[in-house]
Amino acid sequence: MDFSHSLKLIAPEETLSIAGLVLLLVAAWAGDKAARAISIIAVAVLVGVSFLVAPALCSGAMGPDTVAFLGQYRADAFASFAKLLIYLAAATSLMIAPQFFDRFNAMRAEYPILVLFAALGMGIMVSATDLITLYIGLELNSLAAYVLAAFLRPDARSAEAGLKYFVLGALASGILLFGMSLTYGFTGTTNFAGINAAISGGLSHGALFGIVFMLAGLAFKISAVPFHMWTPDVYEGAPTPVTTFFATAPKVAALALTMRVAIDAFGSQSDAWRQIVIFASLASIVVGALGAIGQANIKRLMAYSSINNVGFMLIGLAAATMQGASAMLVYLAIYVAMSLGGFIAILMMKDGDGEPVEDIAQIAGLSRTRPGLSAALAMIMFSLAGIPPLFGFWGKFVVFQAAVEADLVALAAIGIAASVIGAFYYLKIVKVMYFDEPVDVIRGKSDWAHQFLLVVTALFISPLGYLLTKWLGGLADAAATALFLAA
Amino acid sequence: MGGFPILSLMLLVPLVGAIACLFLDARPARTVALVATLIDFVLGVVLWANYDIGGAQWQFTERTEIFAGFSYALGIDGIALMLIMLSVFLMPICIGAGWTSINKRVGEYMAAFLLMEMLMIGVFAAQDLFLFYIFFEAGLIPMYLIIGIWGGDNRIYASYKFFLYTLLGSVLMLIAMLWMVNETGTTDIPTLMVTDFAPAAQTWLWLAFFASFAVKMPMWPVHTWLPDAHVQAPTAGSVILAGVLLKMGGYGFIRFSLPMFPEASAQFAWLIYALSMVAVVVTSLIALVQNDMKKLIAYSSVAHMAIVTVGVFAFNTQGLEGSMIMMLSHGLVSGALFLAVGVIYDRLHTREIDRYGGLSINMPHYALFFLLFTMASIGLPGTSGFVAEFLSLAGIYQVSTWVALICTTGIILGAAYMLYLYRRVAFGEQKHADAAAMGDLTLREYLMMIPLALAVLWMGIYPESFLAPMRADIQALDARIARAAPESDSKPTPGKPQAAVHTVSEVGHGATPAAPEGVH
Repeated sequence: MDFSHSLKLIAPEETLSIAGLVLLLVAAWAGDKAARAISIIAVAVLVGVSFLVAPALCSGAMGPDTVAFLGQYRADAFASFAKLLIYLAAATSLMIAPQFFDRFNAMRAEYPILVLFAALGMGIMVSATDLITLYIGLELNSLAAYVLAAFLRPDARSAEAGLKYFVLGALASGILLFGMSLTYGFTGTTNFAGINAAISGGLSHGALFGIVFMLAGLAFKISAVPFHMWTPDVYEGAPTPVTTFFATAPKVAALALTMRVAIDAFGSQSDAWRQIVIFASLASIVVGALGAIGQANIKRLMAYSSINNVGFMLIGLAAATMQGASAMLVYLAIYVAMSLGGFIAILMMKDGDGEPVEDIAQIAGLSRTRPGLSAALAMIMFSLAGIPPLFGFWGKFVVFQAAVEADLVALAAIGIAASVIGAFYYLKIVKVMYFDEPVDVIRGKSDWAHQFLLVVTALFISPLGYLLTKWLGGLADAAATALFLAA
Repeated sequence: MGGFPILSLMLLVPLVGAIACLFLDARPARTVALVATLIDFVLGVVLWANYDIGGAQWQFTERTEIFAGFSYALGIDGIALMLIMLSVFLMPICIGAGWTSINKRVGEYMAAFLLMEMLMIGVFAAQDLFLFYIFFEAGLIPMYLIIGIWGGDNRIYASYKFFLYTLLGSVLMLIAMLWMVNETGTTDIPTLMVTDFAPAAQTWLWLAFFASFAVKMPMWPVHTWLPDAHVQAPTAGSVILAGVLLKMGGYGFIRFSLPMFPEASAQFAWLIYALSMVAVVVTSLIALVQNDMKKLIAYSSVAHMAIVTVGVFAFNTQGLEGSMIMMLSHGLVSGALFLAVGVIYDRLHTREIDRYGGLSINMPHYALFFLLFTMASIGLPGTSGFVAEFLSLAGIYQVSTWVALICTTGIILGAAYMLYLYRRVAFGEQKHADAAAMGDLTLREYLMMIPLALAVLWMGIYPESFLAPMRADIQALDARIARAAPESDSKPTPGKPQAAVHTVSEVGHGATPAAPEGVH
């Protein structure tokens, strides 16, 4: 495996690093005046690297040709699927940011650069096939994310969110590192394939603890119960464009990483971690649903909704089959669209002075004053609840199908019955918008970028999305095959 | 009709109408909705006219593989045809019912109704398991909005109850469907209808489907969402809810539970009988003490639906035919009764029975129509209700005389509460001046009532028109489930005919071997 081949495989990461560093220099000289220009360039860079990673997915790249740096890194179809979602989500969070930050005079040049570095870290995470690569990617992403959470410096809530995220994130990293060290100690290697081979004969107690701690650390990153406590606070406190980012890109990266670790590194002992995943999944569904019911702040509600959705995705992981992995990827793609749409709609909720509105009571009767916005938000809510014919149903459908195919009928039945609890709070938003008397608080205008992106996401989750099922399923199947081939 | 995709067209017309209505003002939206539903009705008539009775079991089939995991497959048999006819027949009347009484957000209202129409046709025409599920579940969204936006005072509670109840029922069915598809490798409903599942698996699958259909039906004791939803929904919402949505449960039993799980159906037949018997008696008694007209009719719907379930699980052709006619008849009659309530509600804005009285004096034509539909609900011979009740009870009598006896009690109670309702509303003295001042039917109301009245009489006098398309399908279904049919409790012993009292002229033939048993 020669060096130039490896360098070619990591072309997206190289591009992102160089672009990030150059833009950092530009930001240092040009200052915040150039923030908008830097944002536009950053979006262009993200779109550009998307074109760099897309071929691997479309051709279903897998096997030894995709391995770089002696098994440290893998640029296969799976990584490429996740990266496309990450870059897309990151680009969207950049596009919706300027209008929000301008109001607080806080549109700093660092914002797009931090997002670029976070995207770089996430790209490394999903491609990692070695514990060390994994950790580098994870921390690169996390460090950028901590700063982003606290980006609205004058706002105490934002600072609090950043601090909380940092302290708890550091704790999770510690747990993860501890698990990694145990795994290394008991298997003698940091390479995923090596670990998998070492534990295929049997699992020592030490290695089992390694698995448990690593999954606990990763559960924190994907905000699965019981490691979800930070999510509502961070989602609420962080500036809304940053929350949009947190709810989408890092979620994709962390879930893809969890899949990679579970399948490629611990795949030969799937019975050892299946119970943990099943517990986390059901607990996330139930806690996410129950926790959301009492929320008055729509961003907190979306945080619980994301916990709930992670639970559904973990059902696919519990299946530990190719169909399960493919279903998770389909769900992730739909979930990213729903979250982006949901947060864009939240960004568009502004009162007459342009002040953001996050209180659910303030959007009462929105359907009378802003029919388009409320119709889009209602669609997103029904879609998140998994009601057909909206596209959110398809995500749940494939995940439960995979679970049933893997003979986890009881898990599927309990999970889907619990999803009815979740439907309650999504309905609440629709009820407030459609059934209640208008309070007419939302009067602010939104710029065309928000409207355009909202229309795009709404069309994607509309029944028209079903026309994409074959295409999306085919890509996800290719990615899942690549994941399992590496195992 | 060769390859012309008439079913897709019937789905497309209301969909396009719905999207158009969203962007229109009140007046044009009403017109568009009416035109769209009338076009669909004409298409339905064309469909019926071209349906080949005695031809292939599945006609007008279409199949396109545009989705992953399931296909866009449509097709109808006689049972589906009749239910589609019911839907397209009721829809223009529903649009008419909201013509003047709905003044706020007319475009959205009409759009929601047109979407409902599309989804209902889709449910009855779907030939793919998951396509059916999508149509089946999607109906929740427009109905939730119809109840929640245009409903009465307690509409929010009712809308939540409706949504969550039916959703919980349905999601379990989805898991059962996933299991079936995983087991058989096909999502095609006609194929699954002739697939034999292991009896042990059937039990679970049947229960999962039952969870969904029992709530939709609604069967006692999961019927409690219905009175709330009915009372709070606008008139047209009630008509469509009673007229067509409730039929999805019965259709589900006939299309899925019986042919796919015959053994489990037989195993649980007594559960169905027990629940139905309780429902018939209990809900009839509840209806007897209602003071709210819509609630009374809602409870009567539960009682009538119990007759449907009893008929379906009688495992014979009479029972099945009876339950189908009962669904069609109940769709017309309860729709008409809700409409009749709506007519006076629009004038006085109350559903309280005590606020009316003596309406036959100032609204004689209205009283006439109301009487016809009351009689049809009771099951007077000559109306559709009689055919429905007679066939269903004849069907169940062959299985269990006791069930037939108790269900018949319900019919008597039905006569009691309906006549009592009619007496309090139409007869007696005119206690309230405002009620006495109400004018008779307007032209619009005539136009809604007359077709319903004609259909009720047609079905009562010549039910063959409606039975003929379904006959072959019901016989096929009966043949499929015959192996599991529960044993009859009557155990009739063949009677011993008395020896004929021969006339003198016949004495000479007295010893013919034609009547050997007659010779003592």
